[in-house]
Amino acid sequence: MKGTKGLARGTRGLVERPWMDPRDLWTEALAGVLARPVRSALTTLGTVLGITTLVITIGVASTAGNQIVGRFDALTATSVTVTVPAPLPGEEDAGPLVPWSGTDAVGRLAGVVAVAALADSDATDSVLVRSNDVTAPGDMSGQTLAVLAASAGLPAAVHGAMTAGRFYDAGDIARHDHVVVLGDQAAKLLGIKRVEDAPAVFFKGQSYTVIGILGGIRREQRLSTAVMMPPTTAADRIGLTDITRVLVDTALGAAKQVARQAPIALAPGHQDSLSVEAPPDLSKARAGVQNDTNSLFLVLGLVSLVVGAIGIANVTLVTVMERVGEIGLRRSLGASRRQVAGQFLLESTTIGLLGGVVGAALGIAVVVCVAVFKEWTPVLDLRLALGAPLAGALVGLLAGLYPSLRAARMEPVDALRAPS
Amino acid sequence: MTDTVVESMVDTVIQLTGVERTFPSEPPVHALRDVQLTVRRGEHLAIVGPSGSGKSTLLNTLGLLDRPTAGSYLLDGVETTGLGDLERTSLRGSRIGFVFQSFHLLPYRTVDENVMLAETYRRPRAGRGRGGRLARAHLALEQVGLGHRVGFRPDRLSGGERQRVAIARALLSDPALLLCDEPTGNLDTENTLSVLELFDDLCAQGMTLVVITHDDAVSRRAGRRVRITDGRLTTEDR
Repeated sequence: MKGTKGLARGTRGLVERPWMDPRDLWTEALAGVLARPVRSALTTLGTVLGITTLVITIGVASTAGNQIVGRFDALTATSVTVTVPAPLPGEEDAGPLVPWSGTDAVGRLAGVVAVAALADSDATDSVLVRSNDVTAPGDMSGQTLAVLAASAGLPAAVHGAMTAGRFYDAGDIARHDHVVVLGDQAAKLLGIKRVEDAPAVFFKGQSYTVIGILGGIRREQRLSTAVMMPPTTAADRIGLTDITRVLVDTALGAAKQVARQAPIALAPGHQDSLSVEAPPDLSKARAGVQNDTNSLFLVLGLVSLVVGAIGIANVTLVTVMERVGEIGLRRSLGASRRQVAGQFLLESTTIGLLGGVVGAALGIAVVVCVAVFKEWTPVLDLRLALGAPLAGALVGLLAGLYPSLRAARMEPVDALRAPS
Repeated sequence: MTDTVVESMVDTVIQLTGVERTFPSEPPVHALRDVQLTVRRGEHLAIVGPSGSGKSTLLNTLGLLDRPTAGSYLLDGVETTGLGDLERTSLRGSRIGFVFQSFHLLPYRTVDENVMLAETYRRPRAGRGRGGRLARAHLALEQVGLGHRVGFRPDRLSGGERQRVAIARALLSDPALLLCDEPTGNLDTENTLSVLELFDDLCAQGMTLVVITHDDAVSRRAGRRVRITDGRLTTEDR
């Protein structure tokens, strides 16, 4: 009975290969780590430092980034501006690219709160405007102001409010009335405070009645030093005919969609020749903010990680050298080179993982503290919370490669000679 | 005829034929010269010799820790000289129980864990699963008379107790051969005696023992004694 067994064992192919239960590997590695708890704890410090720095950097940056993005006020987020190019030479006769009635089409788009069209030109950008017709000798009376044509919806589109009088309406426009509205700064420069007595302004040899003063302009703030007149009057008197800009005020969140649709509504078939300014994409703004603040600390964290890895590699190597006798014993008990290497690799990986877990916890705690202190909402990326320990484990794994190789290369004969 | 062949293979645990081991140096060192050795199952053999005589090389060769330069080594019926590193490692783990002069116990593990280590590096045999390992370790500790030391750390044991733990570890894998290298070299007379009595017990149970020693008290217990001098083996008659 035993004989046949002995014969069978004699066959080369039947010699079993070394094998290890993963649970045993884990037990051995964990026992190795816990055998010298203080040393293992100190070894993790480098990784803890590195991971903590990384988590704080990324965590605080994303928290702060979220905060900065939150401050982009509603005004910026709801402003869409369409710029209309001047007609190409030779195509002036084809009619304006955007008719004044085009603003009505934009006004009907979903999400549009207010819309206004503006017409200005280089020729009317600086016009000498006087508040009376009497020219005293040697007296430079009058101010150089911009004169432009605007549609009746302007006050709403620029979030302005009439500080005196009224804005011209559709009737004024239809009648080609000689009326203007002054921006509040322009009115101050010209010395006009009230409009009840129908003051007049004079420019380009013609007189116009001031019917209102527009103040509190929050968008297109240059309008506060401008003289605004009905488009029909402007076309008749100073040759301002073509719309150059269309200001659209949208509902919150509709800006992107309106920015896409407005050019089509304004100039069907020629929408590509219009250029649109939409509010910046919020996610892009967030990324931009993070990039600025992060790079330095990221480098710092990565450097700490490298230092941590060197620390683990160093200590693991020392541990391997101290445990030469143990390695010899394991080899004599039938451990293959790979199993010996695997144990030391798992030990260093465990140390790295521990460092990663502690580092991630510390980092997250700091991020939350900073957020509480600054009254911010902490923003914690789940990938960061889970990825940080993994990064630590990876550091440990890389750091353990060389020491494990050294352990595996040891000849059992030499290893057993070491005292244990 | 066939029967006798099988029988001779069964009864032979170690068969060294013309084994040579030469270390390449200037001039080459001949640590083992034309060694012939047969150890039968259940035999208690002592190998004696002064230091530098080739004792360690012979032990390393027998323990599959070193390869002979020439000759053949059959261990438990397996020709080992042609085997690869992995197969030798596996054979070493499953057929040979080592007992070292310096015990080689892991100081940070309990006595039972040290004993269980012997089964860590191979696939569990039928009926010897991972779950029963602790019970088997306790049994092995009982066998060496240390049932009352379960759960202790090695540093709380006397030298003799430590060596007996190491023997329990060597016994756990149910080896064909117990290979002992100066097993009493670090022990006082009293502890030496307890280990030697354990050897006698094991022998009586049919264990094959090869003890390398320079201590007469140890070698006198063996059933057969061979002397190694300058790499050559000579059988000592008693």
